[in-house]
Amino acid sequence: MSTTLAPAAAGTRPAAGPSYARYVGGKLIGALGSLAFVLVLNFFLFRVLPGDPARTLGRGRFRTEEQLEQFRAAYGLEQPLPQQFLTFLKNTLTGDLGVSLRYRVPVSDLILDRMWPTLLLVGTGTLLAAVIGIYLGVVAAWNRGRAADRLTTSTTLTLYSMPEWWLGLLLIATFAVGIGPLPGIFPTGGLHSVDVDPGWWPALVDTAWHLVLPVITISLVYLADYSLIMRSSLLDEIGEDYLQTARAKGLRDVEVRRRHAIRNALLPTTTLIALSIGFVVSGAITIETVFSIPGLGLLATEALSIPDYWVLQGTFLVTSAAVILANLAANLLYGLLDPRVRS
Amino acid sequence: MGELLELRELTVSYRTSEGPLTAVRGVDLVVRSGEIVGVAGESGCGKSTLASTVLRLQPKDAAVTGEALVDGADVLTMGWGDLRAVRWAEASIVFQGALHSLNPVQRVFDQIAEPIRLHEPRVTTQELEQRVGQLLEQVGLPRARSRAYPHQLSGGQRQRVMIAMALACRPRLIVADEPTTALDVMVQAQILDLLQGLVRDLGLGMVLISHDLSVLADVCDRVVVMYAGRVVEVGPADELFADPLHPYARALSGAFPRIGDPAARYAPSGLGGDPPDPRWLPQGCSFAPRCPHAVDACRAEEPPLIDFGGGRAAACIRVEETR
Amino acid sequence: MSTADVPLSARQVTWRRRRLATRRGWGEFRRHRSGLVGLVVLTAFVLLALLAPLIADAEGLEASRATGGVLESPSGEFWLGTDERGRSIVTLLIWGSRISLLVGSLATLISMVIGTTMGLASGFFEGWPARVLFRITEWFLVIPFIPLAIVLASVLGRSLLNIVIVIGVTGWAGTALLIRSQTLSIKERPYLERAKVLGAGRWHQMTRHILPNVMPMVFANTTLTVALAILAETTLSFLGLGDPTRVSWGSMLENAFSVGAMTTGAWWYIVPPGVCVVLVVLSFTLVGQALEEIFNPRLRRR
Repeated sequence: MSTTLAPAAAGTRPAAGPSYARYVGGKLIGALGSLAFVLVLNFFLFRVLPGDPARTLGRGRFRTEEQLEQFRAAYGLEQPLPQQFLTFLKNTLTGDLGVSLRYRVPVSDLILDRMWPTLLLVGTGTLLAAVIGIYLGVVAAWNRGRAADRLTTSTTLTLYSMPEWWLGLLLIATFAVGIGPLPGIFPTGGLHSVDVDPGWWPALVDTAWHLVLPVITISLVYLADYSLIMRSSLLDEIGEDYLQTARAKGLRDVEVRRRHAIRNALLPTTTLIALSIGFVVSGAITIETVFSIPGLGLLATEALSIPDYWVLQGTFLVTSAAVILANLAANLLYGLLDPRVRS
Repeated sequence: MGELLELRELTVSYRTSEGPLTAVRGVDLVVRSGEIVGVAGESGCGKSTLASTVLRLQPKDAAVTGEALVDGADVLTMGWGDLRAVRWAEASIVFQGALHSLNPVQRVFDQIAEPIRLHEPRVTTQELEQRVGQLLEQVGLPRARSRAYPHQLSGGQRQRVMIAMALACRPRLIVADEPTTALDVMVQAQILDLLQGLVRDLGLGMVLISHDLSVLADVCDRVVVMYAGRVVEVGPADELFADPLHPYARALSGAFPRIGDPAARYAPSGLGGDPPDPRWLPQGCSFAPRCPHAVDACRAEEPPLIDFGGGRAAACIRVEETR
Repeated sequence: MSTADVPLSARQVTWRRRRLATRRGWGEFRRHRSGLVGLVVLTAFVLLALLAPLIADAEGLEASRATGGVLESPSGEFWLGTDERGRSIVTLLIWGSRISLLVGSLATLISMVIGTTMGLASGFFEGWPARVLFRITEWFLVIPFIPLAIVLASVLGRSLLNIVIVIGVTGWAGTALLIRSQTLSIKERPYLERAKVLGAGRWHQMTRHILPNVMPMVFANTTLTVALAILAETTLSFLGLGDPTRVSWGSMLENAFSVGAMTTGAWWYIVPPGVCVVLVVLSFTLVGQALEEIFNPRLRRR
């Protein structure tokens, strides 16, 4: 009558099953839909240009009518709109994002080149912000109403209300330039110094040194956000009945906190953090501007002055795609951790 | 056989912004192994607070006086280490509202195994699998259910999981707080049968808390009736329901119709008014405002529990006249 | 026949109830110290913006008529010093508040109108129309607002209207999701079923039943949205996407950055505009959080 217990039952990792596969499928389709929307948006935004698109987009690059014609043909700028869209799709999906007006190189090359500083900045910043922010959120929630909570919450609220680039300006003024007797110790911008010894290790240290202030700036502002999120999630869990059950079983308070409350509160927190990647990406753009870091963000703002349309189109596409991917990853992770979502 | 649980003059009060709120007032209770003691009363009479003090789970700002002896040792004053050893391994609680009392993102297996791992750190995974499987079977669930999450189970199944979990460390005393509330009648009957069977087969002692007299009438050996934080009547279950002494117990018993009793069909009785706010208890007998038999002497002083022999007692000075 | 004998109409009952509820809500709000502080600071800034022409001479904005020296540090005449064109920072701050508050409010208006409508619709309707609306909401959730603003600025030119549009268009999705979940939970409530049985049409249900219950949430959310909108406006102005002829706190910082105020130590150019932004955003956030706590009893435990 009784069925024997399958060996896997003893595992504490929630194993994914067919319901998870269905969930993943659903989320993938959603992500593809978002990507499609971004592509369409991207396409239409640039066809709103006044004047002859070919001349505007190819401005200053062609001397002869022939070249202009070639350009027009390559990007299908004379065809009816639906066909233009197909050409655009074909080009985009094969990696042809146009050519930069300013640098005269393919946009895709430019983007690949400048992607790494942005990734480094966003990646390190988010990681640091998440770790410290979550820790502070836990401290605040567990000590709710007491001094630790009030101090943490007021500090994080203030940081949260700050434009991240303004904080960057302040940090530059304080730590890079120096105030009064205090000398400036960090570089004011850029990613490399000129007078660095050759070799990969000194170059690495030099880059890291240049990234200290920018990363701190991004982390400070986003850790405020994450700490508020974690505090809120944890306070939701603390009132739950199953914690009483855990205590009744004989668990120590610390264990109840760690094994049940915090672990459960991390679920919505990780999703919200991943969803905020869109804002971190936006924030990175301003930070790169303030600190003159040659990443995608600076590329986009520089492109504004010409305007270098292909670069703008390309960076918009890439940043949106990055946000969509980050959201997808967040949703997949959440589906893995919270079984209720899969059903 | 010794007393598994003995509550002596247990009093629990909280500090609120409007003053002290006494949820439990001088309660005495005894439970022996092999017996089921019911605790009856309306919501707010202090039943759940009582349950939580058995394992010292009341909120930190609650002031507790009196004694709560589990197997002779006072839970309220013992050290942390001893208390954690008592929790679940000597006495456990089946909480109200199984959906919220279970961790929603943990499998049933892990939740039942958790206290076992805690109290018996040397247990092997194989033993765990065996024991969890056995526990589930004991409560009438198939072993495969151990892989489920709480939201995938029905209300009755969740309640059985809670009971299996309560049995995990082989306690000698189980406190079941409203175990059948929010279940439909058929499932209620099954759960009650299950509880009765477990007490009989394992020699447990059980405290069964419910506002629903029909539940208690069926299953308990003795019943304690609480009102406004105090015990107002105590006695063997069948005698108490057939012939309640305290006016409140009479009202409770009368409010629920008995099948086959024609008189009950035509005269169901109810009780007007509400239980008193524990922050502002009336002078004298706390039931007096609602009691149809109250006289001035009732309102002067709170009546003590008067012994009527045969294990029966009631906190009323007019029992003889109104019987 | 005294007035006490006349039965009140349904409308009168509703208004009386609403007045009582408002009074109760205000009483509760007063108990939130942080919310009160936020409200006070907020009112101060709004007054500042409204009374700008009376407090600070508009002439002070004209670079050609500037009387101060370049980047002078604070003195008796110029309390917060001057900018690179000799204009008083204080004057710039006061006038700049107008743009920041105006743009923030307009953008919030747009995003709240779109967001509430979309949220109500996708929550209330059934079947594929609701799903489509929900999808669209999800799509707009992922668009990063700065890249979009940059693109729009390149195509349509730099202006404050563009900033308003960008913030409104990228901001509504968050509100829509919130309103949608509120609507979904209200839809489950029994009185809505009763209304339907009594013959209430869909429009009636939405406007007379769901909307009034959603409004408190909308109100709290609006306040928080304005905070984010002002932050966004400051950032976009800083990046140079706004109107170069209008002064806002963001454009002040843009100028400060481009003239290298950090390196020359002209802190009076960098610190005050940022502090103003922080104060305004913080006060909107505090008020919004207090409102959330009042309207959502579950949050009161915090």
